Amino acid sequence: MAKGKLTFTDIGVTVNVPAGTRVIEVSEKVGAGIIYGCREGDCGTCLMRVESGMEFLSEPTALEDKVLKENMAGKDMRLACQAQVLGEGEVKLRPA
Amino acid sequence: MAPRGQQAVEIADDVHWIGALDPNLRTFDLILKTANGTTYNAYAVRGAKGVAVIDTVKEEFSGDFFTRLEQVARYEEITAVVLNHLEPDHTGAVPELMRRAPQAHIYVSQRGLKLLSALLKDELEKYVYTLTDTGDVCDLGDRRLTFVNTPYLHWPDTQCTFLEDRRLLFSGDVFGCHFCDERLYNDLVGDFRFSYEYYFKHIMRPFKRYVLEAVDKIEPLDPLLIAPAHGPILRDNPLDYVRSYRKLSNSYLPNEVEGKEKSLLVFYMSAYGATADMARSVYEGAGEVEGVRVSLYDLQGGEIEPFVDLIEGADGLVFGSPTINGDAVKPVWDVLASLISIETRGKLGGAFGSYGWSGEAVPMIEDRLRGLKMRVPEKGPRVKFHPTEGELVVCRAYGRALAESLAGKTRPKEIDLADL
Ligand SMILES: Cc1cc2nc3c(=O)[nH]c(=O)nc-3n(C[C@H](O)[C@H](O)[C@H](O)COP(=O)(O)O)c2cc1C
Ligand code: FES
Ligand SMILES: [Fe+2]
Ligand SMILES: [Fe+2]
Repeated sequence: MAKGKLTFTDIGVTVNVPAGTRVIEVSEKVGAGIIYGCREGDCGTCLMRVESGMEFLSEPTALEDKVLKENMAGKDMRLACQAQVLGEGEVKLRPA
Repeated sequence: MAPRGQQAVEIADDVHWIGALDPNLRTFDLILKTANGTTYNAYAVRGAKGVAVIDTVKEEFSGDFFTRLEQVARYEEITAVVLNHLEPDHTGAVPELMRRAPQAHIYVSQRGLKLLSALLKDELEKYVYTLTDTGDVCDLGDRRLTFVNTPYLHWPDTQCTFLEDRRLLFSGDVFGCHFCDERLYNDLVGDFRFSYEYYFKHIMRPFKRYVLEAVDKIEPLDPLLIAPAHGPILRDNPLDYVRSYRKLSNSYLPNEVEGKEKSLLVFYMSAYGATADMARSVYEGAGEVEGVRVSLYDLQGGEIEPFVDLIEGADGLVFGSPTINGDAVKPVWDVLASLISIETRGKLGGAFGSYGWSGEAVPMIEDRLRGLKMRVPEKGPRVKFHPTEGELVVCRAYGRALAESLAGKTRPKEIDLADL
């Protein structure tokens, strides 16, 4: 199965993950600084900044897009409870 | 001048208080008490091109609100309904007000839209609304209202509204308090200093960061009059109340641990001394890391409130608890349940403890810390009964690892998801 890399730059940890993994499934386990509220793409608490490798994350759904807009998120921001790793590349992220 | 009977009160030229008195309220929002009831302050501002209504009241007081409103305006004159805050104590009369004045334009902050649609449900589409940001204006002809976005004081939606010609700030919950006195003005009512601080501590304290940002926006407006949504209208030295928000947002304890140094607190409880031994090793291990000041507290010897003050100023918290009947012990939960009045987001957290056969306490505490939006970088050690020398070495290493994480000294590492 395709593997991708998620690097949490605030704590300097890189995790090798299978394609389809959501950031939320990893970030809490490693104790990265991204925080969560609703955990289902509604509240915008888990906003994160993608430093590189945006192309290796799933496209935002309509729901995520709406919440990103409401939170006036920049182009490099995503919701950690929604974004999934596509595999094949490294994504570097940190809390927004 | 006082709202005897059900009179609207003119607080500035063509600006009326049209709120309601609730002298019998004793508990508000479940989390705070009031010995003096409260008021729900709403206002009407008349300009050449129409009347703006600013906030309303709790639903059961709608009658008082409409009676006062009708003394100062006809419904068809209302051109604007400004909602500084969408909590039900200020929006109780909004659905009915909009039915009576459907032509009125609603002004609400961007973050308030979701809450407005939850309030008005399907009816929202019948009305016109504008989403406001700092500097946006509501034009009443010869006078204007400008908006000041003040998010998280104390909900995502909160904003203040400024009437430029009178330098009058309608501040919503900000600078408010639960104190009911029909004399209305801060220089006439009874002594409400306690209520003012108490309100801050229970409503605004978790949002100190945002308070400081808001105060930076409000001070330069130099308001002559502050009209909050609860309690006295501040006409005597209004800026003192703004400054007191700045003061109350600074740390409660004098800052001993300062600058680049990080503060880590280790709390524990122990019946037979096993978790206490672990605590000492965690404490010693953390103390080996330069730039981190570590403190050790036995929860049996303290009270909640001072611990909460300590925690507010700390960068990291670790809790040691034995597992008793499948749970962590109550004093740990008591502390963890008392942190809603401070900000815990982003602090570092950890847990450790001795157990007999199932050991639920540590993961349960770690989950709670994550729930408090803290980061938990290391899996906490659990030890069966009394720790061996080797297990104490593990506790030391754990303490060191937490402190290194706090000090930003962790070396980059790469791991597989399966190993987590
Ligand atoms: C002081 C206060 C703080 C609140 N904080 C939150 C919050 O952080 N997140 C949230 O989703 N709702 C929050 N709410 C909204 C309440 O959960 C919401 O108003 C709910 O409908 C109240 O339910 P009740 O009528 O059963 O008390 C808060 C409400 C109050 C009064
Ligand atoms: S946690 Fe609420 S949007 Fe992700
Ligand atoms: Fe409120
Ligand atoms: Fe309120």
